[in-house]
Amino acid sequence: MNKAIEHYLLRLADTALTQSQRIAEWCGHGPFLEEDIALTNVALDLLGHAKLLYEQAAEVSEQDVSADDLAFLRDVDAFKNPILTELPRGDFAFTTLKQYFVDQFNVLLYQALMDSQYQPLSDIATKALKEVRYHLTRSRDWCLRLSLSTDEAKQKMQAALDDLYFYTPELFETDDQLNQLMAESIIPDMSALHNQWQQQVDELLNKCQLKTPTSGWLATGGLRGEHSEHLGYMLADMQFLQRAYPGCEW
Amino acid sequence: MKLYEVFIRAKSGLNHRHVGSLHAADAQMALQNARDVYTRREEGVSIWVVEAAAISASNPEQSEEWFDPAMDKVYRYPTFYPLDKEVDNM
Repeated sequence: MNKAIEHYLLRLADTALTQSQRIAEWCGHGPFLEEDIALTNVALDLLGHAKLLYEQAAEVSEQDVSADDLAFLRDVDAFKNPILTELPRGDFAFTTLKQYFVDQFNVLLYQALMDSQYQPLSDIATKALKEVRYHLTRSRDWCLRLSLSTDEAKQKMQAALDDLYFYTPELFETDDQLNQLMAESIIPDMSALHNQWQQQVDELLNKCQLKTPTSGWLATGGLRGEHSEHLGYMLADMQFLQRAYPGCEW
Repeated sequence: MKLYEVFIRAKSGLNHRHVGSLHAADAQMALQNARDVYTRREEGVSIWVVEAAAISASNPEQSEEWFDPAMDKVYRYPTFYPLDKEVDNM
């Protein structure tokens, strides 16, 4: 059971960490000062969630590892995030829509995880939920603003949707270990969660007057450690310091 | 984007105080930006934003005639009344 829990904690932690890193890349490049700070806040919140999740994963792991080891010393094929969160940040429309998809997922997931039979996960969910609710308010507002403003903004939002849409089902992907956790009520039923998510997303996209694409490459594999070429570059960037100067602190 | 002035209440019971300004497209975005820019370190429990253009300000060129006359009128200060201990901080 601990192995499955560790597996799932890493799935969530890696998702939060990669999403955080992509958002953090906007630091100093935001469209205007206030939004730059706001985006960086989101990145820091997600990094905080990743830290809690890695610490818990290190706690249940049979190996003698720390949260830092898990974040900075694992290679691409050990990462379990969905491909969605490792995609390059793109333009502001792409970042915004991707953030909305992840925020909507996080809110529903953490709400459900508050009832987890595994207390540490329920505690983390309770703490994270307040923050991700705020993230969702922000990214929803931005989706509406951009989609309903100028033609150029609308086009960029539509292009982002076309590019991103078929990466989203992977958020709800399961495997034997996750199925076992679902059976034990440690994590919520992922297909029910997917339905709730889809309903919320359809509603918003409708308000945004965006057209959902009907076909595309359906992303899969992150949970098994099969990633896009982008993750390696991200890890090279993110892990450089710990790998070049093992154990270095500041 | 428009300029907004930001007011924050540090604790319940205290007044909202002016803390700075920011840019936003409308009031809702201004509130969110104020939350992210001015309350990151637990500075507040409530935020007001006001469009800077909506504030009418006194004219600095008239400062002398507006404010200087109050300087030599000590009798306007309520310092000649004995105060009860309970209202010590007035």
